[in-house]
Amino acid sequence: MATAIKDVQKKETSIPERGERTRQRRIYTPSVDIIEKKDEIIVIADMPGVDEKSVDITLEKNVLTIYGKVEIDFAENYKLRYSEFGIGDYERVFTLSDEVDREHIHATVKNGVLKIILPKAESVKTKKIPIKAE
Amino acid sequence: MVWYEIDPFARFFDSWREFDRIKKLMRDISSTSEKEFPLINIWAGNDIAVVMTEIPGVDYKDVDISVLNNTLTIRGARQPEKIEEGESYHRRERWHGQFARTIELPFNIESEKVEARFIKGVLYISLPRAEADKPKKVSIKSE
Repeated sequence: MATAIKDVQKKETSIPERGERTRQRRIYTPSVDIIEKKDEIIVIADMPGVDEKSVDITLEKNVLTIYGKVEIDFAENYKLRYSEFGIGDYERVFTLSDEVDREHIHATVKNGVLKIILPKAESVKTKKIPIKAE
Repeated sequence: MVWYEIDPFARFFDSWREFDRIKKLMRDISSTSEKEFPLINIWAGNDIAVVMTEIPGVDYKDVDISVLNNTLTIRGARQPEKIEEGESYHRRERWHGQFARTIELPFNIESEKVEARFIKGVLYISLPRAEADKPKKVSIKSE
C-alpha cells in the first residue's frame, strides 16, 4: 500500500490558535511542507475543500495566519452513513522572520493545495563578496 | 459476539446497518496494523452511495477508479515536491507516494452509471445501486 505515508489522520486543532471562537465549527490543522529556496521560502498546505475564494491569508506584524473555510453541500436526501474523517475549516499560524519581503508575498490554490511564496528580502539574500587582487 | 447488535424490532434487513457492523468488526481486528488510506466518508441516498475522499494535490489523471460487483477500488499517487540542489525542507508533513483503497458496499453497483468528480482536492464517486439488485415488489393477484 502507501509507501511513504507517515501520519494520515486529519488533526483537529486542540487549542484555539487565537483564543475563543464565535462560531461552532471544527477546525483542523493542515499538513504543511516548508521549502527554502535560494530566493524564496515556499509554504505548501493540504486544504481539501478549499478554493481561492474560501481561503484567507493575513499578515499582522510578523504573524502569518492561513484560514480556509470549507462548505460541503449534499442534497437533503443524502445521509452520512460512514465516516472516517471529519469536515471542518483549516487554520494554521506561522511566525515569520525578518528575512521575508512582506510586500511581495503571493499565494495560489490548486486542487485543494495552498501554496504561499514568501520572497526573501533583498538584504538577507546571500551576497557574494568579490575579492580584488592587489 | 455479534448477535447483541441485532435489534428484533429493526427493519427486516438494513444493508447499511450490516455494513457498519462489518466495518466495526474489521476495525477491531486490524486496530494495530497499517492504516487505511485515503480515508473515506460514505453518503447514502435512495439507491445510491457517494464515496468521498480527500486527495488534495493529486492530478485526476493519476487516479484510477474501478468497480466490480459491490467493490470499488481507488488507486493513485501523489508526487513529492521536487527540490533542487541548495534547496531544503524545513518541514515535511504532507504525504506522498502511492495509495490504493478497496471498499465493499452493501449492494451491487451499476458500473455503467458510476460518476466521479474531483472538486477542490476532494474526490466524489457516485455509485448507483444495480437495477437487478433492487428489491422488487411482488403484487398478489386475487382470483
